Amino acid sequence: MARLSYVAILAFVMAGCLWLEVALRTRVLRRWRRLALSILPAVVVFFLWDVYAVAQGHWWFDTERILGVYLPGSVPLDEILFFIAIPIASILTFEAVRSVKPHWPVGDAAEDETP
Amino acid sequence: MTYTGVAVVAVLLMVVVDMWVVRTRLLGRRVFWTAYAIIAFFQLVTNGMFTGFGIVRYDGEAILGSTSPSEGAPPFLGDGRIAFAPAEDLLFGFALVLLSLSLWVFWGRRGVERTPMSGPPVWRRGP
Repeated sequence: MARLSYVAILAFVMAGCLWLEVALRTRVLRRWRRLALSILPAVVVFFLWDVYAVAQGHWWFDTERILGVYLPGSVPLDEILFFIAIPIASILTFEAVRSVKPHWPVGDAAEDETP
Repeated sequence: MTYTGVAVVAVLLMVVVDMWVVRTRLLGRRVFWTAYAIIAFFQLVTNGMFTGFGIVRYDGEAILGSTSPSEGAPPFLGDGRIAFAPAEDLLFGFALVLLSLSLWVFWGRRGVERTPMSGPPVWRRGP
């Protein structure tokens, strides 16, 4: 059970934000293609940072409290899940603010398109 | 480079991406700072769990503060730490959040699933 400690915190993050999809009608998960396109570059960049940091010994993990599955560069799978969960939570929060404040400009409307 | 150095570079890089590469200019928008204020609060809570329980530990050579203790929690505040986590983590989080939100707005502007729009909240009447 201790091995689930890291992912349990990620579950806490998701529990803290997924309700916004329903209560504030954020419609983020419904726009999953746009969501995936936004998350993927972040996953790649932060995974590379993680590889560097782990190699340099900047940080390390309690091996008893992570899943125990590793990606190339000795990066725990838990970390990749983190790089997916945090952008989802951020985008849900962002769209939740928009839901409450629909007149605040965001920059993704049709008139923002640069020809 | 230390974690401190990489974190500062990462924030500067994502600022450049937002302001001049994809030109979403989120840094000049209320909607971004309001969302970030909420996200930062929850980051302190969750990061406090990762670091306070010692699931993630840091080398004192790479951060402003000292190495995470092998037993027990690091200081809650002080010695370069905020809510158990190294201050650098706030920069790390800011870079991750800014990049994700900037790309989200970028794809929307390009017309990728601009709709269905967000809102209104269930407690407000709407379409």
